[in-house]
Amino acid sequence: MCPAPVTAVGRSVPRREGADKVTGRARYTDDITVQGAWSGRTIRSTIARGAIRSITLDPAFDWSRVVVVTADDIPGDNVVQLIREDQPVLAPRGGEIKHKEEPILLLAASDRATLEEAATHVRIEYELANPVFEIGSATEVFSTVEITKGDVASVERTADLVVEREFRVGLQEQLYIEPQGAIALPEADGAFRVVGSLQCPYYVHRALKRALKLTDQQAIVVQAETGGGFGGKEEYPSIVAVHAALLARKAGRPVRLIYDRHEDLAATTKRHPGVIRHRTGVKKDGTLVFQDIEIVLDGGAYCTLTPVVLSRAAIHAAGAYSCPNVRIRARAVATNTPPNGAFRGFGAPQSLFAAELMVEHVAEQLGGGVSSVDLRRKWMLRLGDTTATGQVLTESVGSELVLDAALKAATTFQPSNIPTVRRGRGLSLVFHGSGFTGSGEKKLSGTIAMEALADGTFRILTASTEIGQGTKTIFCQLAADALGVPLERVTIAPQDTSLVPDSGPTVASRTAMIVGRLVQEAAAEIKQRLQRERPPLRVDKSYIQPDSIHWDEATYRGDAYPVYAWACTIADVDVDTTTGEVRVTDLVTAVDCGKALHPVMAEGQIEGGCLQAVGWATIEEIKMKDGGYQNDRLATYLIPTALDAPRIRTVLIENPYSRGPFGAKGIGELPMDGPAPAVIAAIHDATGVWLDEVPATPEKVLAALNGAQRREAAQS
Amino acid sequence: MTVRFTLNGVPVSVECAGSRRLLDTLRGDLGKTGTKEGCGEGECGACSVLIDGEVVDSCLVAVGQVEGRNVLTVEGLAGPDGTLSRLQQAFIEHGAAQCGICTPGMLLAAHVLLQRTIRPSAADVREGLAGNLCRCTGYTKIIEAVLSCTT
Ligand code: FES
Ligand code: FES
Repeated sequence: MCPAPVTAVGRSVPRREGADKVTGRARYTDDITVQGAWSGRTIRSTIARGAIRSITLDPAFDWSRVVVVTADDIPGDNVVQLIREDQPVLAPRGGEIKHKEEPILLLAASDRATLEEAATHVRIEYELANPVFEIGSATEVFSTVEITKGDVASVERTADLVVEREFRVGLQEQLYIEPQGAIALPEADGAFRVVGSLQCPYYVHRALKRALKLTDQQAIVVQAETGGGFGGKEEYPSIVAVHAALLARKAGRPVRLIYDRHEDLAATTKRHPGVIRHRTGVKKDGTLVFQDIEIVLDGGAYCTLTPVVLSRAAIHAAGAYSCPNVRIRARAVATNTPPNGAFRGFGAPQSLFAAELMVEHVAEQLGGGVSSVDLRRKWMLRLGDTTATGQVLTESVGSELVLDAALKAATTFQPSNIPTVRRGRGLSLVFHGSGFTGSGEKKLSGTIAMEALADGTFRILTASTEIGQGTKTIFCQLAADALGVPLERVTIAPQDTSLVPDSGPTVASRTAMIVGRLVQEAAAEIKQRLQRERPPLRVDKSYIQPDSIHWDEATYRGDAYPVYAWACTIADVDVDTTTGEVRVTDLVTAVDCGKALHPVMAEGQIEGGCLQAVGWATIEEIKMKDGGYQNDRLATYLIPTALDAPRIRTVLIENPYSRGPFGAKGIGELPMDGPAPAVIAAIHDATGVWLDEVPATPEKVLAALNGAQRREAAQS
Repeated sequence: MTVRFTLNGVPVSVECAGSRRLLDTLRGDLGKTGTKEGCGEGECGACSVLIDGEVVDSCLVAVGQVEGRNVLTVEGLAGPDGTLSRLQQAFIEHGAAQCGICTPGMLLAAHVLLQRTIRPSAADVREGLAGNLCRCTGYTKIIEAVLSCTT
C-alpha cells in the first residue's frame, strides 16, 4: 500500500473552535450558568510577614446568609499540591503569613452585594515580623543548580580579555485577558466537579484530591474554554479550584470563584525577577575561552515551580554557543513577596537575556571591527557541538539557518529623521529546549488514547489543553494524516479528567512535539489494526524515552532536552531622547520550528510571544511597595496595544527533528527569549548607552542618557 | 426600573436597577455572554459593544443609558441564518482569534472601523483597535484579517 498523502499537516486549516470564538458561542468559565450557584471570594493578608493572631467575624453582621471557610474546614492536607509541601491552601490560625495577598479565609453568598458586605465584616489581626524583600538579603534557598563543563579556573589566565557584567530582569505578569476562575459543583458520592480556566487538568485533579481528600473518581476537572494562559494557568488554577471546591463543600451547592483583574494582578504568580552575572574570557581573535555565570532568581514566598524554572534558566544560561569551559551557578531564593511561577519561557528568557547582551559587550570590548554578528557566527552551536551540560547536538541544529534568514529578511536600516529621536537596530540568537528538562518526560510518561468509532470517525482523548495555541486543531491534523482520513473524520474529546488520560501538563513547549507525536503514533497503530479488526477500537499510547537520551540529574550532565528550537530576532527601535520612551518599530524573527504543522498558527504563536517579550523589555513594569505590587491594575500595568506593537514578520524554517511529529519541534516559548536582548542592543545602537536590564522604561532610559552625558561633560 | 432597547436588532426590555452595568445586563439578564469582562475598568476592551454604532466599554456604561438605543454585541454580527460576516470569516482564516477572549471586542471595533473608513491603512487599523488588548496574537494577524476585508 502506498503511503497516504499528507493533506492536513502543513496546511493552515480553520481552527477547530474558530467559529465558536468569532460568534461569542465559545463558553469560558464565567460564561457558564449554573443553577443555584453562589459566588465566592477570597480574603487575603494585608501584611507581608507575620502570624495571624485572630480572625473575628463581626457579630453585628448576619452571617447566616454567608458561608465561611477557614483552614479548619479543609478535610485533607492544607497544602497546595506541587513540588514542595510549603504552600498552604489557606493560612491557618496562628500560622505564618509569608506574603501579601496570602489567602486566609473564603466567603460565599447567593449574591455579590451580600458577599462584598460580608467581606467588610471580617477582621484579621496579625503579629508582625520582619519581611525580606530583596534578593540580596534573602537567606532561604529554594534550590540550586551547578553546571560544569571543562574547567574555568584552569583556563582563566589564558584569556586575553575578560568581560564582566551584571544584568537585571524584572517581574512580569502573564496578563491573559480572561482572569483566573473556577466553578465547583458538588456531585453524588462525595465527588466534586470543577470547571475552570486552566492549562493542566491533572495538576488541579491532584491538588483537589489532596486538599479535599478525594479519590481519583471523586475529583473531576473540566477545562472550560480558556482565555489565555502563558504559564499563568499552569499551577495557580489549583488554588482557585481548591478554594471553590472548599466553598462548594461547605455550602452544599455550586460556587463560582472568578477573580477580577485587580485581584488577579495583585495575587497570582509572575515571571521570576533576578540578577545574572557573567564573566566571559576570550582570545584576541574572539575565540571563546570560558563563561562563568551566576544566576539568582527571586522565587517569592513559596516554592511553586521555582526549582524547575531555575533549572531551565541555568541550562540556557550559556546561550546558543559552544564554549569549552563553562561554570554556571544558579540559585533561587525566598522573599516575602507573592510567589513567582510559570511564565512562558520558564527562566530561559531571563538567562538568555544576559547571555545575548554578553555577546554584545564582548564584541564591543574586543573592538578591531569584530561585530557581534561575527562573534555569534564564531561561537554558535553547530551540528556535533556540545552544550554546557555536555549534550552533543546530533540533529536539527538551526543556529546558522535562522541567523542567515533573519539577516536576509531584515529591511534596509533607515536612520530616524526626527532630531530628538534616535533609531537603532539590535539582534539576538537564541535556542530553547523543547519538552520537559532531563528525565521529566520519562518520569511523567504522558498518555493519550485514540478511538476508532463504529461510525467511521476517530476520537482523540488527551488532557492537553487548548489555550489559544491550537492544540485541538493540530492534534486533529496529525491524526488525520497518520490515519489517512479527511480531517473532518477526526474529533477531540473534551478536556475532562473523567474521560481523558493524563497527557501531562500543557507547558514547556511539549504539546505539539511530545504529545503530538503520541497522537501520530496512536493513529498509525489504529490504521494498522483496522486492516484486520473492525471498530470500535481503542489504542492508548504513553511516552517512552528513547534509549539515546541520557540525563544525570545529580550532576546536571547529559541530554537536557530531546532537541532545541532556534530563533534569530532583529529589532529596530526609536528612542525619544527627550522623554526616554522606546518604541520598537520593526521586528523580524526567523524560527527553526522543525516543521510548521500549521503555518498560520505557528506564526501567530511566534508573533504573540515576541510582543509579550517586547512588553517585558519596554513597558511592563511592576514596582514593589511593602512587599506588594504597585502596578496592580490594568491602568498601571501596561501591556502593548495595537498602536505600540511593531510590525512583526516571521520567517519559518523547517529543519526537521526525526522524533517530532512530521519533524516538528516545540516553539511555544522560544519567541519569548529573543526580543528583549535585541531591543536592549538596539537601544545601545541608537544612543550609545547600555541598560543591561529590563524593562527599559522611559525613566531608566533617561537616567542612562543623562548619566552618559554627564560622563562626557566630565571628560571634556 | 424597566429599560427598553434594541439588542442585535430585537427589542428587549429588562427589569433592573438603572445603574447596573450594561455588561452585567447583557451577560447576566440577557444571556449574551459573548461580551467579556477583562478588567471592569475600561482598560481592555474585552467588553466592547456598539451603542448606536459607537464602540463603548460596556463595563463603564449603566444600563439606564441605553434606554431606547441600539446595542450590537458579537452575537449580532452573523447573519440571521448564522452565516458568518466577512470579518468573522477573515478572523478565522487569518488566525486572528487565538484564545478568543478578546475576539468579540476586536470584531466590534473592527466592524465600526470598516464601516467608517473606506480603505483603511494598517496604521488606521492599529488606531481603531488601540482600545482592545490582545495578549495572544501580537496583533499582526488581527490587522491582516481586518485589512483583508477592505478589498
Ligand atoms: S472589561 Fe470593560 S474595558 Fe475591560
Ligand atoms: S486571542 Fe487571546 S487575547 Fe486576543
